[in-house]
Amino acid sequence: MLIKRRTFLQAGSLATASIMLPKFLKAFEEPRLVPPGNKVLVVLQLSGGNDGLNTVIPTRNDIYYKLRPRLGIAKDKALRLTDETGLHPSLTAFKELFDDGSLGILNSVGYPNPDRSHFRSMDIWHSASNSNEYVYTGWIGRYLDAQCAGCDKPTQALEIDDVLSMALKGEQVKGLAMKDPKRLYNTANEKFFKDVIANHADEAGEQPVDYLYKTMAETVSSADYIFQQSKLRPSKAQYPSTELGKGFQVISSLIQSDINTKVYYVSLGSFDTHVAQEFQQKRLFTEMNDAIKAFVSDLKQNNRFNDVLITTFSEFGRRVAQNASGGTDHGTANNMFLIGGALKQKGVLNAMPDLSNLSEGDLKHSIDFKDVYATILRNWLNADDLKILNGQYNYLSFI
Amino acid sequence: MALSNQLKNQHLLWRAGFGPMVEDFEQIEKASPGSYVNALFKASAKTPAYIDVADNFVKGLAMGVDEIGKQQKRQLSEEERRRLREQSRENIKSLNLTWLSQMVGSGQQLREKMALFWHGHFASRNLNILYQQQLLDIIRRHALGNFGDLLLEVSKSAAMINFLNNNQNRKDHPNENFAREVMELFTMGRGNYTENDIKEAARAFTGWGATLAGEFVFRKFQHDTGNKTVLGKTGRFQGEDILNILLEQKQTAVYITRKIYRYFVNENIDEAKVDWLASRFFQGNYNISKLMQDIFGSDWFYDPQNIGSKIKSPIELIVGMQRTLPLEFENPEVQLLLQRLLGQLLFYPPNVAGWPGGKNWIDSSSLMLRLRLPQLLYAADELAIKPKDDDDQMMGMKDKDLKKMGKLGGQLIGAKIDWALYVKRYESVPRDQLLKTITGKLLQTKAGISENVLLKHIDANSRESFIKSATIQIMSMPEYQLC
Repeated sequence: MLIKRRTFLQAGSLATASIMLPKFLKAFEEPRLVPPGNKVLVVLQLSGGNDGLNTVIPTRNDIYYKLRPRLGIAKDKALRLTDETGLHPSLTAFKELFDDGSLGILNSVGYPNPDRSHFRSMDIWHSASNSNEYVYTGWIGRYLDAQCAGCDKPTQALEIDDVLSMALKGEQVKGLAMKDPKRLYNTANEKFFKDVIANHADEAGEQPVDYLYKTMAETVSSADYIFQQSKLRPSKAQYPSTELGKGFQVISSLIQSDINTKVYYVSLGSFDTHVAQEFQQKRLFTEMNDAIKAFVSDLKQNNRFNDVLITTFSEFGRRVAQNASGGTDHGTANNMFLIGGALKQKGVLNAMPDLSNLSEGDLKHSIDFKDVYATILRNWLNADDLKILNGQYNYLSFI
Repeated sequence: MALSNQLKNQHLLWRAGFGPMVEDFEQIEKASPGSYVNALFKASAKTPAYIDVADNFVKGLAMGVDEIGKQQKRQLSEEERRRLREQSRENIKSLNLTWLSQMVGSGQQLREKMALFWHGHFASRNLNILYQQQLLDIIRRHALGNFGDLLLEVSKSAAMINFLNNNQNRKDHPNENFAREVMELFTMGRGNYTENDIKEAARAFTGWGATLAGEFVFRKFQHDTGNKTVLGKTGRFQGEDILNILLEQKQTAVYITRKIYRYFVNENIDEAKVDWLASRFFQGNYNISKLMQDIFGSDWFYDPQNIGSKIKSPIELIVGMQRTLPLEFENPEVQLLLQRLLGQLLFYPPNVAGWPGGKNWIDSSSLMLRLRLPQLLYAADELAIKPKDDDDQMMGMKDKDLKKMGKLGGQLIGAKIDWALYVKRYESVPRDQLLKTITGKLLQTKAGISENVLLKHIDANSRESFIKSATIQIMSMPEYQLC
């Protein structure tokens, strides 16, 4: 019964939508059902440079406590992971995931010749380029280019935001940003826009004007599609009423629908804790912890936790030594969390950073972040990592 | 079909400036493009005034440190540094808005447009207002002058020296960043020099530094006085010598000309035309004004494939709209928010390579905002969307650009439009010609939908309401994004 009702709903909504669409888009209006088992990636960006050393804490390292007399988190305050490591006290849900075998921690992830400007370093992470190259497409955008050639539906990658990140911009295909499916739908359904699209002579040319019309038509059709999907099986779980909580609830609703989205992207910030770090990091971690907790339990209840991989990153970590204002300054290598029911490796996946071997007060990276991307692209998203990353990187074995 | 003078003049005004001004509508219909070109160059001939928005606190602090610094090392206290940053950030907003209003109102359209081009070419992110306004001045002064002079002054500016880490470029510890970008982005482009050329050039730039107040200093004891070999030449080169060697390469003229062609003529390069222009640019000793005269004075500049073929940058859109439709923002800082949301905030380029432009401006979010913008302005509506944080700018502080005002917690982007002035320009147009006339003023390419569809959305109650609503609707079309 349920299946029938859904099919009906979908056929109905698509029928209305396609009347408004130019011919070249109608081909993509066939429902491309993505059944349970569809692997989904959720990227959580911690903007501003999260302090990794106070996230995954080296609780038996004297250098850590010596360089952070005020900011260091005492061993008995940290949530114990192993004899040597603990988590920030606010990350209780992460501790549960760790105990549950659903959390992986990669230490010392970075890249050669690290840049300490937020924007530039984020640029490097988004574009997956070397620090002396300037690339204007993002790694997820190029994934769209590779996977979606000709499919023209930018809903394969969605960002929960008002503005689209460079990470999701490809050469040919770009992802779509929205915070709320209903608001996107309302904006795109402005009568004048619908009329303009419907009455525009349908020429799939290569001129800028064709590109504008194509983007406009895609946006309107995607807005319909996302909105219909978001109503199919809306998440009924309890989420915190923070912006991140609401974002994860949207993601969950869409994961449980039949939408073709493979990648979700969402950000939290600002982790730029030059001053009063304790307070700021705690506040943000609480928001992150509560949102992730609700999201994971929602996925588990609906038997989708094995299909989802969540990963966190930040544009850089912070200096090992605290500064004089109760904060830390821009650093280099950092840790990443990997969360999912299908992790092949769990726990602390590599050595903690070596604090006795620093480069001008900063951590040296031991894993290139592009190794992580390559692994996710190949092993999780089943994509051509060589083409997308424009080179061969080492595969890790967490999935 | 011969193109009308009006279309050609509008093309010129959009490319060599920020689009037609409502006051000039009549003249644009009549004048010949040739006379317009001359008038543009003439209007931009004068050296522009220095834009100085830095407040006394910043200046005093910077000068004080430099003065004392000569005898002893005076470091800024944590508190002073914090205030300096905050004050600078506020001043950079004023610099942004002041320059923007020049683009809207100044008769020196060509100069300001060229300056915007150089602002992207010599892209520098810097939180020191003194550096930023100095670099802007260099770019505006030399916008139409000699490229060699421009390159030298930019290279010696505190903004570039700091942004590209040349303060850390020392004899025993060379930093190659500056030398690399000078070759890769400012002059020759990738693939025309070797890694060794960069290493050697970096040694020549050792000792180039700048003070907090923005003064260039040559630190003799940090300079590597040995022989360097760059692009086949050997000598005890200093920084200036390297820049001259780069200017001796024809490739530099080719690289700059290509970029200018893409920016001012067409994203699709016509190699023969670029070759011709670059040769003349090179032989004419890098006279920028002559290069631009070669472009705007040529017949091919007005070829149909070059007209309406460019996606307006966010700045071109925001400024151009205000030239056509004279308006006053209730809160001018809304223009900063729009720049951020649309992806081009002046003084905050994405990196040293500048804004990529073209299709890169457009994704579903930015396009929908562009299309909604005229309606938002017209209805003084609420803009309930939030830009991304810029952590370099904010340093972990709250985003001061965002003042919660509307019901949805968004920004009110109300503006007073001077409709009387605008509507008057259509006085002599018969009613049945109105829509066609307005379309012709606003679009550089033919509308992709018929008049009948447009008419459904136009308020025909009165002549005035017709002109107003037609203008807003046409500005909300994808075609208005092109120039």
